[in-house]
Formats: sequence, structure tokens, C-alpha cells
Amino acid sequence: MLSTDEDILNSAEAWRRAGKGVAVATVVDTWGSAPRPVGSRLVIDDEGHFLGSVSGGCVEGAVVTEALDVIESGAPKLLEFGVADETAWRVGLSCGGRIAVYVEKVD
Amino acid sequence: MRLALLAELNAERAARRAAVVVTDTATGDQRLVKEADVAADPLADLLGAALRSGKSGTVDTPDGPRFLAVQTPPLRVLCLGAVHISQALAPIARVLGHDVIVLDPRTAFATPDRFPDVPVLAEWPDDALPRLGVDRYTAFVALTHDPKIDDPGLIHALKSECFYVGALGSRKTHARRVERLQAAGFSDADIARIRAPIGLPIGAVSPAEIALSIMGEITAALRLSPEKRQAAAAA
Repeated sequence: MLSTDEDILNSAEAWRRAGKGVAVATVVDTWGSAPRPVGSRLVIDDEGHFLGSVSGGCVEGAVVTEALDVIESGAPKLLEFGVADETAWRVGLSCGGRIAVYVEKVD
Repeated sequence: MRLALLAELNAERAARRAAVVVTDTATGDQRLVKEADVAADPLADLLGAALRSGKSGTVDTPDGPRFLAVQTPPLRVLCLGAVHISQALAPIARVLGHDVIVLDPRTAFATPDRFPDVPVLAEWPDDALPRLGVDRYTAFVALTHDPKIDDPGLIHALKSECFYVGALGSRKTHARRVERLQAAGFSDADIARIRAPIGLPIGAVSPAEIALSIMGEITAALRLSPEKRQAAAAA
């Protein structure tokens, strides 16, 4: 089932109320060609389940990994992804753009 | 994000009210500003501009940069006419994430089994539309082919801020509709808001294809500036 913005934040609330650890990742900036606009969201639970998207699938895996950290520590993180990253071989945007993603815990 | 803030944000969306979440991404400080509270907020100008554009982004404030996450209500497609085209339009609009309401006073058409996934109201537009609130996040589509039903709906839509008004019918049908709306006191500029013949020119034949062309036109009304829409139509 395709998730809408509404489903994404409602799920974040429902997951948290069900006692799960939850993080919300939000695209806060984009440079050049970026697959998802600023404000796009991905929500992640402490088992790595996720809903929504912050890119075309290019960096979601890395964001989920970082989100598990954020759920654990409680401290928000600001992540940047782009082809210019030293991690480009692992995660990056094939479209050549860059994005900044803010990851915060729901507490 | 505190759970209480998230719950409030979800409640605002459910009530079709806009809101902005203001975040300091350096510290994690965060607050929710509801549409009704924007005017009295210290960041009123920035928040107002963000709400009008509907776009999230980072702004400079006296306290440093803040990320404004704008949440506008879900777009709603209001179909007047529980007809064959609406049966295709409803699921297409749902996939795009929009709310859908189908309205038709003819009880033979407005049945839940013809529209399993969306609210169907067997009411006249004059009764239902004031209650439903045709707001600027609403696309209004008149599809009954019956002036007795379409006209009062269109009159209501033209008096509202809805971002799209479309009406099914041939050029001849629409010319007669224009005459009736003029007689009802609408200006040419008002009447020019109505997209007719409805839908993008993709050669649609089947009800589902017509629904697709309507949904494409609604999406263009939402996403393209008027100049770009004209350029696209002329291409």
C-alpha cells in the first residue's frame, strides 16, 4: 500500500503509542537535482521498519541505520548525502544532487 | 519531536487546518504553530509566507536559522456526480494521496457499493457543500451532465477559493452553462475559472481515461504556475 504524508505521521504516532522506539527523518535542504522535495518524510521504528521516503530509494538504507542510532541515543542528527561524499560508493544520489536530512526521535 | 507535538500536528491535519513545525536543527528545539496562531507569532511574516507557498524550507530568524515544516491539509477532490467517471477518478485521486468525496442527490447513483473506499453523500449540493467547506485545498469537479445538479454546485465552487473547478460537457453544453452563469450574475473572469471541456487533451475516450485527464489537469492546477500551464496547453 502506497503511503501518503498523512499515513506517515499517523503511523509515527501510532507506533510510538504502541511502545516502539520511533524516529522521523525529514528532508530539510536540497541542492541541484533531488528526488524528493524539502519536507518529505520517512518514519522508522526500532526494528528498522519504515514508511515514506526521503529520496528515490538511494539513501533510505543509510537513513534507517542512522535513525536506529538516534532512537538509541535520543540526540537528533543532521545528515548530508550527495555524490561528492566520500561514501559515494556506498550511498549517494545517482541524480547528482545533494540532500540534507534531519533525523529526530519521537519521545 | 515530542509525541504530544506529533499528536497535535496529526489532529490539525485531520481537522483540515494548516500548521508549521519550527525546528532548530542545531539544538533540536521545536515548536508547533497552528494556522490560527500565526498572526500573533514573533515569526508571523516568515510563517505566513511559508503557509501561502505551502513549501517547507530553512529561514533566517533573529535567533538563527530555523527549519519550517509546512503542513497543509490533504487536498480534496470533490466529485459532484456519482457517475462512471467518478468511479475511476476516486481511486486515482486516492493513490495520489488526496481525500475524495462523492456527492450526488440521485440515490441510485450515490451508493457505497459503487464507491467502496470513499465517502458518498446522497445530497443536493446546496445542502452538502456549505457543510463540507469548499476551501482552497479543494478541487471541485462537476460530472453529472445535469444542470439541475451541476449548476448549484458550480455556483458554490465559484464563490469559494477552491484551486480547481472543472465541469464535464461539450463546448455546446458549456456555452449554455456560461449563459446561465452570466444570468446568475457571474463575471467572465469568474466563469473563466471553470475548466471546460474538462481534462487535459490526451484523447481520452473511456471513463477511466477521462478520469486520468481530469486528474492530470487538477495536478497541473496544483503544481504549475498559470504561465507554465498555458505554455503546456499550447505545446
